[in-house]
Amino acid sequence: MSGETVKRFNVLWLQAGACGGCTMAFLDHGRRGVFAELDAFGIDLLWHPSLSEATGDEVVAILDGIAEGRIPLDALVVEGTVLTAPNGTGRFQMLAGTGASLLDWIRRLAARARHTVAVGSCAAFGGIPVASPDPGEGVGLQFEGIERGGALGAGHRGAGGLPVVAVAGCAPHPGWIVETLIALASGELGAGDLDPLGRPKFFADHLAHHGCSRNEFYEFKASAETASDRGCLMEHLGCKATQAVGDCNQRRWNGSGSCTDGGYACIACTSPEFERARGFLATPKIAGIPVGLPLDMPKAWFMALAALSKSATPKRVRLNALKDHVVVPPGRAKRWGAEGGEG
Amino acid sequence: MSRIVVGPFNRVEGDLELKLDAEDDRVVAARVTTPLYRGFEQILIGRPIADALVIAPRICGICSVSQSLAAASASAAFSGTTPAPNGALTTALAHAAENLADHLSHFYLFFMPDFARADYAGRPWAGEIGARFTAMKGTAAAEFLPVRTRLLEIMGLVAGKWPHSLAFRAGGTTRALDLGGKARARAILADVRAALERTLFAAPLEAIAEIASAEDLDRIAARGDGDFAEFLRLADDLDLHRLGPGPGMVMSYGAYPGTAGSGPLFAAGLFDTTTGTRAPLVPGHIVEDPAHSWLAGEAGPPARAETQPDIDRADAYSWARAPRYDGHAVEVGAVARQLVDGHPAIRALVARDGATSVASRVVARLVEIARVLPAMETWIGRITPGDPFCTVATEPSDGSGVGLIEAARGGLGHWMTVRGGRITRYQIVAPTTWNFSPRDGGGNPGPLERALEGTTLAGRGARAAAIQHVVRSFDPCMVCTAH
Ligand code: SF4
Ligand code: SF4
Repeated sequence: MSGETVKRFNVLWLQAGACGGCTMAFLDHGRRGVFAELDAFGIDLLWHPSLSEATGDEVVAILDGIAEGRIPLDALVVEGTVLTAPNGTGRFQMLAGTGASLLDWIRRLAARARHTVAVGSCAAFGGIPVASPDPGEGVGLQFEGIERGGALGAGHRGAGGLPVVAVAGCAPHPGWIVETLIALASGELGAGDLDPLGRPKFFADHLAHHGCSRNEFYEFKASAETASDRGCLMEHLGCKATQAVGDCNQRRWNGSGSCTDGGYACIACTSPEFERARGFLATPKIAGIPVGLPLDMPKAWFMALAALSKSATPKRVRLNALKDHVVVPPGRAKRWGAEGGEG
Repeated sequence: MSRIVVGPFNRVEGDLELKLDAEDDRVVAARVTTPLYRGFEQILIGRPIADALVIAPRICGICSVSQSLAAASASAAFSGTTPAPNGALTTALAHAAENLADHLSHFYLFFMPDFARADYAGRPWAGEIGARFTAMKGTAAAEFLPVRTRLLEIMGLVAGKWPHSLAFRAGGTTRALDLGGKARARAILADVRAALERTLFAAPLEAIAEIASAEDLDRIAARGDGDFAEFLRLADDLDLHRLGPGPGMVMSYGAYPGTAGSGPLFAAGLFDTTTGTRAPLVPGHIVEDPAHSWLAGEAGPPARAETQPDIDRADAYSWARAPRYDGHAVEVGAVARQLVDGHPAIRALVARDGATSVASRVVARLVEIARVLPAMETWIGRITPGDPFCTVATEPSDGSGVGLIEAARGGLGHWMTVRGGRITRYQIVAPTTWNFSPRDGGGNPGPLERALEGTTLAGRGARAAAIQHVVRSFDPCMVCTAH
């Protein structure tokens, strides 16, 4: 950022009822490493449980300093479900060395933070730990599933004016996390850049299905039947990417991958209540028709299109859909000495 | 006697609190608390078997492949499925990538920054170690993170993404590799090898893997460049060889099955460091005891356990149960794997130290890296494009299955019972459940509790650096511990 004076932006990161996977994803970001990337944008990790030197009473001093208003805090990042069990006490997760629950700490610290960021679907909406029977009585920071509320309440706004910024995903793409922090640090993220659930639109205005390498199979309804088949995963194997937000297939994950490129269903991990599904890896159907149809597509339309495209499926697409590697390559042009036209 | 509370204990995966009783500046008793409970075992009950593949990995973001594999292997045992040979290789490849990333993250991000603390300002090496290993600011982290990112590109190729992939099944993996994919996997490993041979070992991996004696380690310490040699010198200077002695018995479930003929790459078994003898693993000897846990119930085998919170249980101080093998608290992890497998230098080092220690836990992890990466290279060579990567499992509706695998931090077990196609019991015993177990019903402490006894606090109380070293030497994963 040459030519600009970088105003530092400090971040406190806490892990509530988390698996730590969001931090693991975060650490994956940046060609020069995430520390160098954050530094380039003036972002300092005031304290991070997995990464900082400060431990024990040194940490408690930082937390007290923020809670008492002596240390200004630009962003509180929370990863993990906020556990309220038993009976709203939060004793299922006590912050070690403090005798207080994470629930209490999060409420005290969020009241002081200019922005509060939920990293991951757990902190955003509740996530996997609130799956039935919800043993920890978990909530998200500002949502409990699709209902507004959560640990901080529907009305919470940071001093910066924003509701909780929800970097949904289980785990989110590393870019979603770091780009959100950069946009906050640069002052560019406004309320209009968030969808109604608080998810940054730069990833939430897309569907996970956009850009999937199986799109040709989707068009012809040439469907995978068993794990590792190349066909579309929607009809039989549970893919919800036509209903799930995220630019998942427009970015690459870990260099070259994505869920559907990896051969398995999108389970809509960016959506509140995705954990309520049963039988994630099989498509629920009524009378042979998938229950969850693409967002904003009328059912009759979809049925008609599906029937039409199935009847028009080229042999190449039909056969390749049921194998883990290409068995019928695109035809070669006659002038190259093979049959059929290219493609 | 004074009571010291240590926490928040950071640079471990998840939440940890210690309560130490000290006398004359020494720890006389330690109690290890796992302060987080989410209830994954309760969540798994009543679901279709395949849903365990979605839910179990989310126990832990740092070893999610291990959790997936334990679930897939319990399901394979239940359905009698043998993975496709290609799938066994790609599974091992992804698992090894995760394990190596974890070993390296532990060394560079969690463990070494403690030597850059002001406690050591007077040591002759303080300046150099500070510049290299200061948390988040040292040159080592800056060099390591891009290597970690590159290594995890194996996940993009084999498993779609990391963490929390659904690619791992009873029958193999869901993404086939072609020739281009094999070449990309090789290129990733070539980059990682080059980085490790330059900065971590300053030597070919094979030269590290093949060390045969404690004296070989001394020679590396005496003249070696690289971070490994640096650690060996610190270990000698601070006598980390006597710090944090393990319980004597170590255990491994055997690592990377299906990659070395019929057996795993690293053998399964028990090893007694006091007698130097090995014994076969008998899974029936595993019992879990909730006597000091905020959980209801009595001691018993995991296959028959049920998990219900009881936050007011008398004498409880942790969400973790106390797993015991034939009544013993046992240590698990890289040092256990290498001892059981019989790596000569690790066996010799532990014999010389008298027990597993802060030093040997770290050395074993690094030696393991040097052994595993060359094995990964050969696995890629054996993948046959065109052959299946995933066999289809036909599942009976009733039965049970046990999945015992080696995560980076040691043995991980899933015990599953199924009725009418639904999970009726699911019990998980994770590596750090073993290492950081609370006392059992007989009052016997867990491995870390025992390892902390006798540690000198050097007048620093809760801030004593030695406590930090002992705890982190186990590379605890607290989110797995109580799950
Ligand atoms: S597999 Fe899923 S994301 Fe890919 S084309 Fe089919 S429905 Fe879309
Ligand atoms: S493809 Fe679906 S399950 Fe995968 S990361 Fe995107 S939203 Fe989540």
